Amino acid sequence: MTSERRSKTLTAVLMITPFVITYLTVFAYPVYKMFALSFTNAPLIGEGEWVGFDNYLKLLNQKLFLTSVWNTGYFVVLTVIPNTLIGLGLALMVVRLRGWLQSLILVLFFLPYILPVSVVTQIWEWVLDQQFGIAQNVIEFFTGRRISVFRDPLWAMPMVALVTIWWTNGFNLLLFIAGLRNIPADYYEAAMLDGATRWQCFKRITWPLIWPVTALVLTLQLILQLKIFDQVYLMTEGGPFNSTYVLLQLVYREAFRLNHGGIGSAVAVFLFLIIVTVSVLQYQLLRVRGR
Amino acid sequence: MQRKSVGNILLLLLTLCVACMWAFPLYWAAVTSMKPEQEVISKTTFIPDVFNFSAYYFALFETNLATWYVNSLVTSITVTVVVILISVMCAYALSQIVFAGRRLLYGIILASFMVPSQALVVSQFVLMYRFGLINSWGGIILPQLIVPVVVIVYKQFFDSVPKELREAAKLDGCGDFQILFRLYLPLNWGITTALAIITYIMAWNAFLWPFLVTNSEEMMTVTVGITQVDDAFGVKYARDMAVAILAAMPVALAYLLFQKRVTQALMLSSGIKG
Repeated sequence: MTSERRSKTLTAVLMITPFVITYLTVFAYPVYKMFALSFTNAPLIGEGEWVGFDNYLKLLNQKLFLTSVWNTGYFVVLTVIPNTLIGLGLALMVVRLRGWLQSLILVLFFLPYILPVSVVTQIWEWVLDQQFGIAQNVIEFFTGRRISVFRDPLWAMPMVALVTIWWTNGFNLLLFIAGLRNIPADYYEAAMLDGATRWQCFKRITWPLIWPVTALVLTLQLILQLKIFDQVYLMTEGGPFNSTYVLLQLVYREAFRLNHGGIGSAVAVFLFLIIVTVSVLQYQLLRVRGR
Repeated sequence: MQRKSVGNILLLLLTLCVACMWAFPLYWAAVTSMKPEQEVISKTTFIPDVFNFSAYYFALFETNLATWYVNSLVTSITVTVVVILISVMCAYALSQIVFAGRRLLYGIILASFMVPSQALVVSQFVLMYRFGLINSWGGIILPQLIVPVVVIVYKQFFDSVPKELREAAKLDGCGDFQILFRLYLPLNWGITTALAIITYIMAWNAFLWPFLVTNSEEMMTVTVGITQVDDAFGVKYARDMAVAILAAMPVALAYLLFQKRVTQALMLSSGIKG
């Protein structure tokens, strides 16, 4: 019996080894190293000295850090709830359709989601180009002038948010459609027989029953949008006047541009802790719901 | 009833309008890419006066797009194959074999799901530098190999395979590796396709890490490389759009061919059974 048990353990070890070694090397060690570096004054490449909490204190006094925290929060506000509600709205429209028409419309809404971020930003830079962009006609109609949206501190962040919503909404849409399909049709039939209006149906049946999905989408969105970097970097590079500078970009700037590996890691730790906290809360939320 | 059906038609029209508006930027990009640069900036035409493919010619032969394609294909296919292989073995062991530390390992993998990989870029860069992998395929690939959710999904699927199957195979003298690759993997072929496609799309689309780890144009992936085109040649929108469309083609095709699988994989990885 013992030899069988030993061979079992051996097989298990053989099977988990490739994953575990990779995990330890490119995942666990970097997590440890991120914390370790954040307490040193190391450059990007090379050793540094232990400086305790100096990096964190420096950050608290750094204006750009506070700006980045603020902007990241602003971006989250501009995207999370609107993106969730738009996803629900579109799902309510798409779910009424049938057959090939539904598939087609779904593809139209979903396609942006699978595009690489740089493709998305290139397309929108063209659409929003101040001189020749076709969307400038809309902007001109409402404001009376053509606006270089990514060079205007007032417009830059909302526009980045708009592009982000266009890009990522397909995913929310899918989750909502799955959720809506799980609501039994008899509920609506019964309500219709009692003479309920569309709005009453939505308020009394759809909204409460879809709420778990809504909560899931909200938290997934929150986690995703806190990690904003790519779109901002590609469309505004954090400008104008740092009005779109975000946390992950500060990591990039400190570590890779200014060669401050230590401070860059400290910002990374900050972001890491926020996201892990949100994730743990989400996990608890899902568990409570699962019961 | 009359009022209802009018309402339905209006809703249908509204849906169509919104969908067309949503997809318009994609259409506009496609149309722009097929115009001569002169027409792009001189007038607004929704269908080109003349179809002109010089922008594509430029994108294919006068940029490094071909090189970036090779880099992207090599790195994202390697990432996909390796992620699936190491995850499926790990998940099988977690699901089917009793060994010391199994619960702990699964707990750690579940927890890793929450770690934002973007926060690790500094230390991963330092590590890749030590390995001498900056500006190399290996450097692009390695940090993308840990995708906890693939292990989690596989484990859930293996858990639901009837135990009798494995016992019968054992009696026939099959080892666990054989059982995994001859029995469990083919049984779950659908989910493997789904996870592979979504991993491939994510790897192709990865921006931040490949952007940090490559600085010579010859080593860039498509997603990073195309941002260099306008820097080098000034703003020419037909060209930009042709480049963008060519860059998106491999993932757009993967999605259009395997829509159901992509949807399934996304549902599973967000915790909804598809």
